[in-house]
Amino acid sequence: MVEVTLWGALGQLAGGKTKVEIEAKDIRELFRKLAEQYPAFEPWIDKGIAVAIDGTIYRDTWSKELPQGAEIFLLPRLAGG
Amino acid sequence: MNFDPRFSGRQFKSVGTRPIRPDGVDKVTGRARYGADFSMAGQLVGRVLRSPHAHARIRGIDTSKAEQLPGVKAVITAADLPDLTNGDAAMFDILDNCMARTKALYDGHAVAAVAAVDARTARQALKLIEVDYEILPHVTDVDEAMQHGAPLINDAIFTEGLEEKPVKPSNVSKRTQYGHGDVHEGFGQADFIVERSFKTEQTHQGYIEPHACVANVSSDGTADLWVCTQGHFVYRQHCAQLLGMEASKLRVTSSEIGGGFGGKTHVWAEPVALALSRKAGRPVKLVMTRDEVFRASGPTSATSIDVKIGARKDGTITAAEATLRYTSGPYAGMWAEIGAMTAFACYRLDNVKTVGYEVLVNRPKTAAYRAPSAPMAAFAVESAVDELAKELGMDAVEFRIKNAAQEGTRSSYGPVYGPIGIGPTLEAAKDHPHMKAPLGKNQGRGMACGFWFNFGGQTCTDLNIGMDGSVSLAVGTVDVGGSRASLSLVAAEELGIDYSQVKAIVADTSSLGYNDMTDGSRGTFSSSMATISAARNAIKILRERAAQTWDIPVDDVVWEKGHAIARGEKYGNLAALSLKEIAAASGKTGGPIAGHSELVADGAGVSFATHICDIEVDPETGSTRVIRYTVVQDAGKAVHPTYVEGQYQGGAAQGIGWALNEEYIYGKDGRLQNAGFLDYRIPVCSDLPMIDTQILEIPNPNHPYGVRGVGETSIVPPLAAIANAVSNAAGVRMTHIPMSPPRILAAIEAEREG
Repeated sequence: MVEVTLWGALGQLAGGKTKVEIEAKDIRELFRKLAEQYPAFEPWIDKGIAVAIDGTIYRDTWSKELPQGAEIFLLPRLAGG
Repeated sequence: MNFDPRFSGRQFKSVGTRPIRPDGVDKVTGRARYGADFSMAGQLVGRVLRSPHAHARIRGIDTSKAEQLPGVKAVITAADLPDLTNGDAAMFDILDNCMARTKALYDGHAVAAVAAVDARTARQALKLIEVDYEILPHVTDVDEAMQHGAPLINDAIFTEGLEEKPVKPSNVSKRTQYGHGDVHEGFGQADFIVERSFKTEQTHQGYIEPHACVANVSSDGTADLWVCTQGHFVYRQHCAQLLGMEASKLRVTSSEIGGGFGGKTHVWAEPVALALSRKAGRPVKLVMTRDEVFRASGPTSATSIDVKIGARKDGTITAAEATLRYTSGPYAGMWAEIGAMTAFACYRLDNVKTVGYEVLVNRPKTAAYRAPSAPMAAFAVESAVDELAKELGMDAVEFRIKNAAQEGTRSSYGPVYGPIGIGPTLEAAKDHPHMKAPLGKNQGRGMACGFWFNFGGQTCTDLNIGMDGSVSLAVGTVDVGGSRASLSLVAAEELGIDYSQVKAIVADTSSLGYNDMTDGSRGTFSSSMATISAARNAIKILRERAAQTWDIPVDDVVWEKGHAIARGEKYGNLAALSLKEIAAASGKTGGPIAGHSELVADGAGVSFATHICDIEVDPETGSTRVIRYTVVQDAGKAVHPTYVEGQYQGGAAQGIGWALNEEYIYGKDGRLQNAGFLDYRIPVCSDLPMIDTQILEIPNPNHPYGVRGVGETSIVPPLAAIANAVSNAAGVRMTHIPMSPPRILAAIEAEREG
């Protein structure tokens, strides 16, 4: 079970929650289960959500494991120049 | 991905050296081929008709006279680019921006285009196109656009991010909020509070090369596009989607690039050129004029920012708050959100809150500009931080060091930081000789720090070893800052051969797997990771071939210093085989030797920089002169230090222009008044001092060599560092960028008058 912190816009879609607990071993499973629990997340996941694991931001490595006790923070996928 | 990206702490032989860049000779002799340098037999000239109005409904377009003009081979409007975006709002905005559909949304918005046998005929044809406009009220200022009763740009936009969905449409497409703690409580603990409002004007990336492409659509539905871009794979995806093509049938080749800085991460004219070619049945070259680049490509946001920061007498910041309003052009964006995330990222704050508002205006569609949105936020925050340090009677650097984020700090955008480099850049700035250099009359010193995220992304690389032992490296990230040299160094390092044996190219979209763009400071970070992986795969084959030659198990063969070596006393008589020897025999040991890699390069690691600037202000005219400038930034590992320094200096140079002179000036009619380099003044060499650089190397744990992106962070601190220097020199706080002579003079006179 990992605790996942949502940024504001996503939190609104989760009924105002800022944190959710999910049983997930990696980012792929996390997104799958989030979409199951919160169907409104699906278009956001399709558009791109970044996952910060202990401060390091992952955008596309959905195979990245979510270590127990790690801080998992969801962020919008940003543009760069 | 069977590739371990973790930092290994190895010693380097090639990486960290400064060889001559492989594309240098062609560039200085004029042989390098940029976007407009490509030509095809029978090609037509494409030209675009643009709206002269800031906001107008298009009641009808009559192209019949233009079509009848001899020499005109195709005329297109939005009808030739039907909506195939299938509900993808972001792609629809790109489509509408390429060719206006029901409304022209800014001065310069494309409304029609022609392809003709020559430029003169194309220009004549544009004059024959009759557009029936219904002129609508417009708004170009960020604050005015937010006011009740402002002209509405898109009645389908309802502000997202509010607790309740609004019942009326608005020019504010989104509200976002970041932070933690309780700012009201934090301000209650403060002994000193600084509260200021700031504005920054819209600027352009100012790349020297205008957008240019040649499109050739064949009658069998396949197509080629030669184009100046930061991401040819992304351009392929976008163009294929907008034109209803299969991506594999569109081959995109990137030219050399004369600057992009984020402005060439987005299609503007390319779908138009392809649509023209498809209709005319001939190749079409489309090159933007400088006027078009300013009016119709993607500048950065204009902003309006309020900042409030409080601190105790001991110099501890107790609370920080900012409201950031960013223009996004006439379409929805997320530019203020990025500003809200980055604004206070340098600091360790218990109570912080940032709110961003994305504001639609009748200006060109905003595009990324090097660490997009962060420089403006840093300007506002770092100005207020400087002012607060003064009120506290503390040294500006010491105040920042005391409050700097560190490992374990909860960042203002949410996650807790791992190991980060803000502290070392501040300490290096504090100890830098620049800080002790004497200042003369009317001169002031300023410093500021800045933050940027840095990204990785999808990356694919091929490494082919020729039978003569030379190495071809094909990468898919466009070389905007010398990455071919850096990636050749990485291949040489990994293979254990000389840099001169490696030749890197940027492959086209049909020759290599998909690559994300060169953006987010990812080019060298990502492609070096893929190059290391490809080289290691090639080494595996080299070892196998040596083992085959020696008839020994491959596990007994190691690769050292460019040679296969049989490990163990029993092989004492076997002489090492060089890469060249193994390559020469490859035809008889299994055929060509190559290494391939496809991976997602994640874990780029956040980046920090600290800049110091000395400015002289003429109190009589308000003119400024940059006396000294120093950049301190963490590179993780500088693969080619000269290009890292170039990135640092380039960011500072662009920042100096942005801070002191550059701005989009709109008339009351909503038309851009200064769409050219004579009136939009970017800095030239004589405006700049030697920009000193200090590279810090704090290894990135998520890259085998410790590399971090370096392309963007260097533009984050300059606006603030220069504003602090000008404010110190002039004796008055500057709150409006650019600090052009009239603004500085007005501020000095207002201060004198009290």
